[in-house]
Amino acid sequence: MLKIFEDKCVGCRVCVTSCPFDALTMNNDIAVVDTEKCTMCGICVKDCKFDAMEIRKEQIKEKQDISDYKGIWILAEQRNNKLMDVSFELCSEGRKLADELNTTLSVVVLGSDIKEEAKELFAYKTDHVYIIENDELKDYRTETYTFVICDLINKFKPEIVLLGATHNGRDLGPRISARLNTGLTADCTKLAIDEERNILLQTRPAFGGNLMATIICPDHRPQMSTVRPGVMEKADPDYSKSGEIEEIEVEINSENIESHITDSGKIINLKSDLSEIDIFTTIKEIVKEAKASVNLEDAEIIVSGGRGVGSPENFELIKDLASVLGGEVGASRAVVDEGWVEKPHQVGQTGKTVKPRVYFACGISGAIQHKAGMEKSNLIIAINTDPDAPIFDICDYGLVGDLKKIVPLVTKAFEDLK
Amino acid sequence: MNILVCVKQVPDTNEVKIDEENGTLIRDGVPSIINPEDKIALEEAVSLKEEKGGRVTVISMGPPQAKSALLEAYAIGADECILLSDRAFAGSDTWATSYTLAQGIKQAGNFDIIFCGRQAIDGDTAQVGPQIAENLGIPQITYVKALEVDGKKVRAKRALEDGYSVVETTLPVLLTVIEGLNKPRYPSISRIVSAFKKEDYIKVWTTEDFEVDKTKLGLDASPTQVYDTFVPKNEKKGEIFEGSDKELVKLLLEKLKTEQVL
Repeated sequence: MLKIFEDKCVGCRVCVTSCPFDALTMNNDIAVVDTEKCTMCGICVKDCKFDAMEIRKEQIKEKQDISDYKGIWILAEQRNNKLMDVSFELCSEGRKLADELNTTLSVVVLGSDIKEEAKELFAYKTDHVYIIENDELKDYRTETYTFVICDLINKFKPEIVLLGATHNGRDLGPRISARLNTGLTADCTKLAIDEERNILLQTRPAFGGNLMATIICPDHRPQMSTVRPGVMEKADPDYSKSGEIEEIEVEINSENIESHITDSGKIINLKSDLSEIDIFTTIKEIVKEAKASVNLEDAEIIVSGGRGVGSPENFELIKDLASVLGGEVGASRAVVDEGWVEKPHQVGQTGKTVKPRVYFACGISGAIQHKAGMEKSNLIIAINTDPDAPIFDICDYGLVGDLKKIVPLVTKAFEDLK
Repeated sequence: MNILVCVKQVPDTNEVKIDEENGTLIRDGVPSIINPEDKIALEEAVSLKEEKGGRVTVISMGPPQAKSALLEAYAIGADECILLSDRAFAGSDTWATSYTLAQGIKQAGNFDIIFCGRQAIDGDTAQVGPQIAENLGIPQITYVKALEVDGKKVRAKRALEDGYSVVETTLPVLLTVIEGLNKPRYPSISRIVSAFKKEDYIKVWTTEDFEVDKTKLGLDASPTQVYDTFVPKNEKKGEIFEGSDKELVKLLLEKLKTEQVL
């Protein structure tokens, strides 16, 4: 319950305005909580400058014995027996966390033919690589993956389990956490270790990105997070590192799944009773689609051009940079109205609202109409000949100069980096 | 066909503003809405009912004011609405929320299809749907962008980052849906009017009205806790560079490298 210390409350009303659920009011200059509305999100506790609020959690159950849980696990993801980038990002991040905790880092890969591919993981300084190869595990499926992984977690007892916040990771993670009765934090963008308590600090955007929240899972194990792809830095692989892949055998049929776990030379048989579930889903086909023509809303990088681009032909410069960066092409209303670029590319009040990681505004003055659609971008880079252009007021980096000369140089620089 | 839809009432996070000086959220005037993807779930349920017959039940967990979301759900075409509302539920994380909803669903009946929106805009976790499926011991298909139901068979297009997969299973199943599956209809005025005449279209259940293990509820039972919250800093450094074109590009790349953006 949210507790308000009346002797400390000064009636400043900060909590009243900051509560996203309208649960706080003032009564005689003292904050009062409407417990029907309060979700105990903790925002007021954080915002109160006078320590007048506290959320108290009662211990209602016997604590799980968590002392056996050791080590960090990465659940790597493969598609078509190719490891996804996020798996390497997680290994790199997992290594740092493991070193801080002075523990081991292990990677688990499920698939049908992944041994060769999995060797690459040693270059990211992982201590163990466990692979489970079976035709039934070729493509991701909720039931088979959940069963096998829950079995392994129960056997090996890792204290932290990380997986990529991909569509499959976000299908699998919650299923595992519900089965193991532990916590899961979705789509984390930052991980750290609380040195005092040796627990995982899991930071993620909440409230549509308006707020960041750091989540902990103090009394349950494993501590689980899905981690947003592309956020953690992938370390440079060190191919002088190698190791021995440890293979775990599983038998899967509609009756049961049996896992034979090879653990330091010993064969351990694990049996999962699947008799309760005739609930299998079947994957009929997996189809790769050509990238949707324009997907500005989900783009990580957008390169936009405005009237300063000068001509429809020059827009190729914008497209070239976008293509080198793997980003999308955006445009101001002016150039869409001119017909240089099609309407789906338009960013702004009457176009699309975008929030990419990086936004290049090339030859865009920065009219309010345009700013409304892009000012929440994480990093804004503006290129414009006019040093007084309003775009420079909201950018992170501004280059005063002619985009027709600068943009090709930037494109070339990134080509060279590749 | 007996269909259930899980909905959540959420603050419209697009309308939330930040008090930059204090680094706090300003929620004044932020309207409460049915979570957008839950509306897509509801639309799919109602149109499936119209096509194949049956009944649509809507369930929500939340404070008493979430009734207004259920009124809207009724006006869109739900036959019955259930609100799980008890102070004991406050502070639930996704683990406790999905337990509570699953228990409510068990009490509400046997359902062929349970629809959820993929995720709610105030939390963006996408966890409660799959966790309900696990609690109920039924299969799930997430990120559904196209759906065919034929007798006991369900065939769904499940969106992937670079395409989609086609997944088949048999009923019962829990589906989480995403934008693009359909276009939600507007609530019908005549159904709103009829709702006011009909008192029992919303049932409010407390812990006394359905079977729950009270040690699995709310903040106290939730494995995860909020440790800290903060408003992300949107400090614009606004470094403006002037010089020759080559110098400018070199400076920019150095900056991007130190900031580790690219």
